[in-house]
Amino acid sequence: MIKLKVNGAARQFDGPTDMPLLWYLRDVLDLTGTKFGCGMAQCGACTVHVNGKPTRACITPMSAAAGKTIVTIEGLSEEGDHPVQEAWKQCNVPQCGYCQSGQIMQAVALLKDKSKPTDKDIDTAMSGNICRCGTYQRIRQAIKVASGQVKA
Amino acid sequence: MNNDIRIVTSRRGFLGTMFSAGAFIVGARLPLEGAAPAAKAASSAAWHPNVYLGIDPDGTVILVTHRSEMGTGVRSVLPVVLADELEADWGRVRLEQAVGDTKYGSQNTDGSCSIRDFYDSLREAGATARTMLERAAASKWGVPASECKAKNHEVVHSSGKKLGYGELATLAKQQAKPAASELKYKTAAEFRYIGKEMPTMDRDDLVSGKGTFGYDAKVPGMVYASIERSPVYAGKLKKFDDAAAKHVKGVSNVVVVDAFKGPHVFQPLGGVAVVADNTWSAMQGRRALKVEWESSPHAVFESAAYKRDLMAAAQKPQKVVRKLGDVNAEFARAGVKTHEASYYVPMLSHVPMEPPAAVAHWQNGKVTAWAATQNPQAVQEAMAASMGIKKEDATCHVTLLGGGFGRKSKPDYVVEAAMISKAVGKPVKVAWSREEDIKFDFYHAVAAMHCKAALGANGRPTAWLARSVFPSIGTTFGDASGYGQEFELGMGLVDIPYNIPNIQAENGAAPNHVRIGWMRAVANIYHAFGTHSFTDELAAAANRDRVEYILDLIGPARKIDFAAEGTKFWNNGQSLDKFPYDTARLRRVAELVADKSGWAKKKSGAGRGVGIAVHRSFLTYVAAVAEVEVDAAGKLRIVRVDIAADPGMIINPDRVRSQFEGAAVFGASLAMMSEITAEGGVVKQSNFHNYNVARMSDVPFETHVHIVPSTEPAAGVGEPGVPPIAPAICNAVFAATGKRVRELPLKHHKLA
Repeated sequence: MIKLKVNGAARQFDGPTDMPLLWYLRDVLDLTGTKFGCGMAQCGACTVHVNGKPTRACITPMSAAAGKTIVTIEGLSEEGDHPVQEAWKQCNVPQCGYCQSGQIMQAVALLKDKSKPTDKDIDTAMSGNICRCGTYQRIRQAIKVASGQVKA
Repeated sequence: MNNDIRIVTSRRGFLGTMFSAGAFIVGARLPLEGAAPAAKAASSAAWHPNVYLGIDPDGTVILVTHRSEMGTGVRSVLPVVLADELEADWGRVRLEQAVGDTKYGSQNTDGSCSIRDFYDSLREAGATARTMLERAAASKWGVPASECKAKNHEVVHSSGKKLGYGELATLAKQQAKPAASELKYKTAAEFRYIGKEMPTMDRDDLVSGKGTFGYDAKVPGMVYASIERSPVYAGKLKKFDDAAAKHVKGVSNVVVVDAFKGPHVFQPLGGVAVVADNTWSAMQGRRALKVEWESSPHAVFESAAYKRDLMAAAQKPQKVVRKLGDVNAEFARAGVKTHEASYYVPMLSHVPMEPPAAVAHWQNGKVTAWAATQNPQAVQEAMAASMGIKKEDATCHVTLLGGGFGRKSKPDYVVEAAMISKAVGKPVKVAWSREEDIKFDFYHAVAAMHCKAALGANGRPTAWLARSVFPSIGTTFGDASGYGQEFELGMGLVDIPYNIPNIQAENGAAPNHVRIGWMRAVANIYHAFGTHSFTDELAAAANRDRVEYILDLIGPARKIDFAAEGTKFWNNGQSLDKFPYDTARLRRVAELVADKSGWAKKKSGAGRGVGIAVHRSFLTYVAAVAEVEVDAAGKLRIVRVDIAADPGMIINPDRVRSQFEGAAVFGASLAMMSEITAEGGVVKQSNFHNYNVARMSDVPFETHVHIVPSTEPAAGVGEPGVPPIAPAICNAVFAATGKRVRELPLKHHKLA
């Protein structure tokens, strides 16, 4: 029996311990805001916070999530109004929107580490997250807005 | 609405389920079988493909979007047109996503045509409803309708009294539907929303993980399937052993999915499906299968040899598809100087961030799907054909799409879900892995292009030959000839707009060994790469400014008369009367991008360079300037991209800009790094580690989009930004380094 905390709620799981956290979140808990993109930590669409660190849920087995605190996009804020989400809205970042949960979770983690990230910091932190629609310019802008470096 | 079906976002629902009983529903010249009785009046008028709007007695205006949202903004654009002409308050509208149904007209969301094809119909629907609301108020007040005017969700009488749309909904039902000649349309000055910066419809859902994509669809009792397919196209199933697969915890069934027969069209590839109670178990079960495949004739597909064949074919005379003057006589003229070069663009995969995904449920001889699809009517047709039922018994609900780029116009994956559902008697989700997506795509065609010019005074061409060879999309649909279809040839091959007395375009046939499909901008990608790279080569040889040279080649402002020279030009299926090939507009975007990018002041050389390409596609005129740096180690950095575009009139400026910003990234991906290859018929790439697309650190650091203000008919914005990007980047690389890259992607070339 694996015990963990997801978005503040205590959870138990007795399924296969090699099941990636991604499928537990999506198929078992119905938390579908965390997306599948590649299954091998190449695209960042599945990014969640595990004990506060940005983590690719697609390659994190449930055995590694045992005892951990997980936050998904659904748990980032109750009203979808986390400052990073607000910046995303102001910059009108999403096109299709599929990758944006992962982009936002990655950006939130970046801003916890670096309150005023440089362009190089942003490149380094965000280059694991692919957006095929090509919203990178607005993602960069939104991170700068969220960190108070520029206005939208 | 079945609340158990997690298919609706907060502002999303389906027609016929969300209208309250008292709703006033308007369709502009629609057959409205099954809709509210009041709407039947509309069906007596001539049939006209269109969409609905409705008004609930509580005043909520319901706007139906019949095209698919894959990020291009249709849900933020189509309803804006309706609401504006209706004089609706944007704060009191609700959007519904239509199911697949021919009554809406085409729902195939590709070709950059949602506004082009539906702007007039949407305005007619809005104006019709507005007129009926005004007449309803007039009848209630006993005054002439001419004294009543709709304004911001109310009808106002000249005396100042008002009635809200909700109060008028029931009475409006009883009004005669106005004839088309009675409709008064708003002037551009009266638009409240069209052309204004409007909020994006699903924005708040998408930043909080609430958008429902095909991958997220879930219905009660649903099981999950993962499918093993032949690694080589059209390899037939020989035998399989599923003992180990059935031992995987959670696995319930193993089902054979029949392979396609005859022309492929949208049929599944076929394979062996493992069904389980969660995605992971289905994937694990599939990995445990032992499957053997018959050999396929397509095992001969070797990308290296195929490329040599294509390039060789491009050197030889091929089928003439445009002939103006006599290029061969000019090339043969004594003493004439010529220049020629060949170009290559590899096979490409769409890789939308959401791989193909759908849920289907077979019940009592009917099937219902919930799918991330660009084309719900094709889903109906393909499911019906494969299940042997009537199209009317195949229903398709449309989710949000996590990108499409043309891949999700082809509903093979939805048919897979339907076939497996029929076999297991439960609703089934088929959600492709990234490996399946990359190995079993309907690929963008590999292409070779050869260009040759005879050069006159100042290096200006006196003859221009353009020849392309590629496996046609037609091969997927049963045209075994392998020659390009008219629409492919009309994407940058026959429509070279240069003012040159001798122009010839030729096309060679090529065999297909995989499914060929259309990807964002389609054949324009390779035709634009060859043509605009070659233009740059000629300008370089003549030592002329590129912008000045391109404007010289385009020549004076005119509407190109293809018919007069006997050329059949596709023009996106539109008449040249409504959408002429107007060189004045082409010149204007070239001049605008030069101005806005600071072209005249930019110095090229010593590792820094600017390049330009100017291309009309999807009836939209686009010019792109790329500015690059190449360091001493040969590392390329795109510093800035400027795009000037004239797409005719636009509805939502922000969503137009976002499409061109995205096109710069899409174009940069294929220019720099994307390539699909096959060995022994097997596609070698499998995921983002070996099929590369642009990341944050790779992309144009700044993209500036400049839209030409226009009242011309809306053309399209989803695709036309892509074609000029790769040649502009490679032309900039040449300016920076002196290295001419004629074969994509750039990653194969040493630039230092």
